Amino acid sequence: MQAIIQTIIENFQICFIDGNRYRLMLNGLRMTILASLCAVVLGVVIGLIAAIMKLLGEKRSVHSFRGILAWVGHIISYIYIDVIRGTPSVVQLLIMYFIVFRGNFTFLCAVCTFGINSGAYVAEIIRAGILAVDHGQMEAGRSLGLSYARTMRYIIIPQAIKNILPALGNEFIVLIKETAILGYVSIMDLTKASDFIISRTYRMFMPLIGCAVIYYLLIKLLTLGLNTFERRLRQSDIR
Amino acid sequence: MIYVKDLHKHFGSLKVLNGINIHVNKGECVCVIGPSGSGKSTFLRCLNLLEQPTAGEIVVDGVTVTDPKVKIDQFRRDCGMVFQQFNLFPHLTILDNVTLSPVKLGILSKEEAEKKAMELLNRVGVGDKAANYPVQLSGGQKQRVAIARALCLNPNVMLFDEPTSALDPEMVGEVLDVMKQLAQEGMTMVVVTHEMGFAREVANRVVFMDGGIILEEGAPSEIFDHPKQERTQLFLSKVL
Repeated sequence: MQAIIQTIIENFQICFIDGNRYRLMLNGLRMTILASLCAVVLGVVIGLIAAIMKLLGEKRSVHSFRGILAWVGHIISYIYIDVIRGTPSVVQLLIMYFIVFRGNFTFLCAVCTFGINSGAYVAEIIRAGILAVDHGQMEAGRSLGLSYARTMRYIIIPQAIKNILPALGNEFIVLIKETAILGYVSIMDLTKASDFIISRTYRMFMPLIGCAVIYYLLIKLLTLGLNTFERRLRQSDIR
Repeated sequence: MIYVKDLHKHFGSLKVLNGINIHVNKGECVCVIGPSGSGKSTFLRCLNLLEQPTAGEIVVDGVTVTDPKVKIDQFRRDCGMVFQQFNLFPHLTILDNVTLSPVKLGILSKEEAEKKAMELLNRVGVGDKAANYPVQLSGGQKQRVAIARALCLNPNVMLFDEPTSALDPEMVGEVLDVMKQLAQEGMTMVVVTHEMGFAREVANRVVFMDGGIILEEGAPSEIFDHPKQERTQLFLSKVL
């Protein structure tokens, strides 16, 4: 027993303390958190726009200028979602890194890749949420003189968000974990940092388990935050 | 106040309205009755363009609603609507339900809107529920809130789309009382209803619709006691 504990402490010492390697992990963690956070924001913005573009085009007639505009928006949104969902995110990352950014602006490259990727999934989640809100809500809003945009903003979307929060939380969690592929283009995220430590120390156990534990804690924190938010939104359901 | 000329509405090949002509005076309360599928609700929803008419002309309060250039959001402020399913906003408190539109449209400040909303809510008898959410109210209370919400914009016309059809029988009275009061105050109202008692007592005019046209119209006593059309007689014999 003593020997096992001894080995663990020794391993910990070599993997994280020697050569200040914990700093490597911390920097990696920072990259993971920052990239996911920015990508989530970008993804929600893109997703919301794509969802509304797709919805607007669905029932407009193509007899007016606005109708044609809505139809074009619908097609763009459709193609975007189709292409992004149909290709692996690793491939998207490689294309972004090597073709679009040519190895420059690595952080921006990471945010764009995951933001655009996540946006496609978020768009479908938001669209489902909006469709699930009773049609009478839109009619009531419009009958009170509110425009389509205002009804969406003050009446439909708040109700949609409440319904889709679990699905949206899922998407955020997947996104955080997916940033682990950043190592493919040698961006130093948490996974890449642990990989780096392995190559330096030839010890697998500590860096990999440490890395897994940090991811787990990160997502636990996010889950708790989302649960609190959901409870607050559900206030209006209390009878 | 409301002029409707040769109004047609088709849903694909389904012809719901086949040439409606009607004229509603200011301060008049018109009740529209008829069997289900006769186009009553569609007619009402055309009046504020929740349905786009296929053909015909509608003028409400001096605004040609059917003109493609009409500022429809502006017009709808002056034309309140009450729905069968209430359509309260479930994520907002009762007070916020009433104040949302006037505040967001910049017609009233938040304080003014809340003051006015409380007056209206007290008038329809749900002032004590202002801080509650819609799920906590009974059907009758919800519908009265919906009426207050529409009134908060000071409309010149009120449209009622079967306002009591989704209510428990014992709650119908409280909603009809509010509507009766409104009619007595001189609000111009168009009411689609199955409440024949209300139509007889409150309406200035009753319109019987079937097959997408107005078959018969006249004072309540004429329609209910001496219907001329056979179809009207048949319908009334079933519901009265």
